[in-house]
Amino acid sequence: MSVAAAADRPGTAATAARFSPQWIVGQLSGVVLHIAVIGLTLAWMVPTIGILFTSFRPFTAINSSGWWMALSPPFQFTLDNYSKVLSSSNLGRSFFNSFMISIPATIIPIAIAAFAAYAFAWMKFPLRDWIFLAIVGVLAIPLQLSFVPVLSFFVAHGITPSALPPGLQYLPVWLAHTGYGLPFSIYLLANFFRALPSELFESAEIDGAGTLTVFFRIVLPLSVPALASLVIFQFLWIWNDLLVALIYVGGEPEVAPLTVTLANLTNSYGQGYHLLTAAAFFSMFVPLIVFLSLQRYFVRGILAGSVKG
Amino acid sequence: MDWGAVLSGIPTLVVVIVAVPAVLVAYIVGTEYLVRLLPDAFRPRVRPWIWVGPALVFVFGFLILPAILTAKSSLEDSTGNFVGLLNYQRQLGDFPTGGAWIAIRNNVYWLVLYTLVALGFGLLLAVLFDRVRYETFVKSLIFMPMAISAVALGVIWKFMYWYQPPGVTQTGTVNAFLGLFHVQPQIWVQDPKVDNFAIIAAAVWGITGFAMVILSAALKGIPADLLEAARVDGAGELTIFRRVIFPLMMPTVVVVGTTLVIFALKAFDVVYVMTGGNFETDVLANRMYKLLFFSGNQGGAAAVAMILLAAVVPVLIFNLRQFRAVEARR
Repeated sequence: MSVAAAADRPGTAATAARFSPQWIVGQLSGVVLHIAVIGLTLAWMVPTIGILFTSFRPFTAINSSGWWMALSPPFQFTLDNYSKVLSSSNLGRSFFNSFMISIPATIIPIAIAAFAAYAFAWMKFPLRDWIFLAIVGVLAIPLQLSFVPVLSFFVAHGITPSALPPGLQYLPVWLAHTGYGLPFSIYLLANFFRALPSELFESAEIDGAGTLTVFFRIVLPLSVPALASLVIFQFLWIWNDLLVALIYVGGEPEVAPLTVTLANLTNSYGQGYHLLTAAAFFSMFVPLIVFLSLQRYFVRGILAGSVKG
Repeated sequence: MDWGAVLSGIPTLVVVIVAVPAVLVAYIVGTEYLVRLLPDAFRPRVRPWIWVGPALVFVFGFLILPAILTAKSSLEDSTGNFVGLLNYQRQLGDFPTGGAWIAIRNNVYWLVLYTLVALGFGLLLAVLFDRVRYETFVKSLIFMPMAISAVALGVIWKFMYWYQPPGVTQTGTVNAFLGLFHVQPQIWVQDPKVDNFAIIAAAVWGITGFAMVILSAALKGIPADLLEAARVDGAGELTIFRRVIFPLMMPTVVVVGTTLVIFALKAFDVVYVMTGGNFETDVLANRMYKLLFFSGNQGGAAAVAMILLAAVVPVLIFNLRQFRAVEARR
């Protein structure tokens, strides 16, 4: 295709003799650039588009032809895969569980991190800088190191889905995600809080504002951009997490989030693959909406987290 | 689907959404009132610990203390008897294919290929997209896989790599595409010759957007007059990229690279979903999971976790140095 486009251009340029050779080269490379950009982007979207089409195709069609054949007549589309997988599996329950896990596991670490970041940024206490340094170090520690001791602590103290009352069954995952999410949240927020102008704090103090007033009325409102990106980041992180959920509630279908249920379906549906595509798309639904509507904050969070590091 | 169960759960969800923040606010407001009861001189000494306290308890209790306990249990058998380095010997003694060596080899594949290919693609896309007006749009399309779970990513790519015997219509995108060039279909995720690369390619597809977004931001930070000056001096676009753009982006490339290295070492979900670690695709994180839950071998699992830690330590030291350098410039 690029060859055809390239061959086409010089012809048109030749008829318009007033155009210089540089202009032609410029136009040519422009065309090649657009083809490369659009081509790469399309290639990148093929896997997603493929699974989207497959999830709406009937079983026989999926088995006999590739998803791209759905683009030509006869156009066979159906909702069967969705209705079957939703009625035969635990996906509905898991969808609810994903919310029950993700929302508190987003709120708790970010609130606790905001308290701590405020102290790290604007209070003086012994060993402050060393403790902060330790938190930066902990950022890289593999979570794997913590699984066995934390799990045996939970089991020994009855903090397991089967031992806890309904509604609190998610407690082990909430607590674990809080511990695991804190270092990054503290790091990000402390950097942001520290960048706030110190005059704000001095004048607030002169006006007699207490610590709480400064925190809730000045620091938090000014940090909405940082908080927003952190919330989105943490929410997507937890919604998409498989490992932590597997470890702490993996054996309990009543409490398992979408990722765990989907992974189990992958292992059990050897031949029912057409249903799996629908299940996968169902699990992508919420993160894609969050991402598409709040993309700006998400990207900003990623930049704050890595460029400063 | 049991929508009934879901609907009946909604009140619980609402209660949790209201109660959790209420407890957190109550903690900080309540303790602050207690602090105010203290004599003036004590307040500044007590107050910081109340604000950092919960965070320290969690970080210590969920990360630091467990890491120490894991280090200890890597030297014990499953009943808690001290066995010295036996667990490590079992994992590392049987070079090159026994114990943890397959997983270590695959983590090295991940480390090198995943990091370099994602960086390379990210840089290429950032530079290309910088030159078109619809940049934001194409960038968000490339970035989209970042929003979906690695489990969904694994399902998507299992389907991309779907295999039918030769002669039958190939329904998997990759094999069908290769068929256009008369290449025999491959069993991508079960053939030890190619499966690691196939899985890493899938993971790269997911993470390239991350590298691209950060590198693209760094690219935008390069002053335009610097590039203009180079062009006036007659430098070609390639020379400008090699001599001006790339050196200026180097710090960001290093930061993105270290993040990718950590991701590569922790690789788990994609492998778990696509092969479960079979067909010689095991990685350390998955091996640890299997030792723990299927073999009940706590000491072995702890030893594998410690190997993972040893691999992360250089990155950890690098991060700390980097952090202190940034602090020194403040």
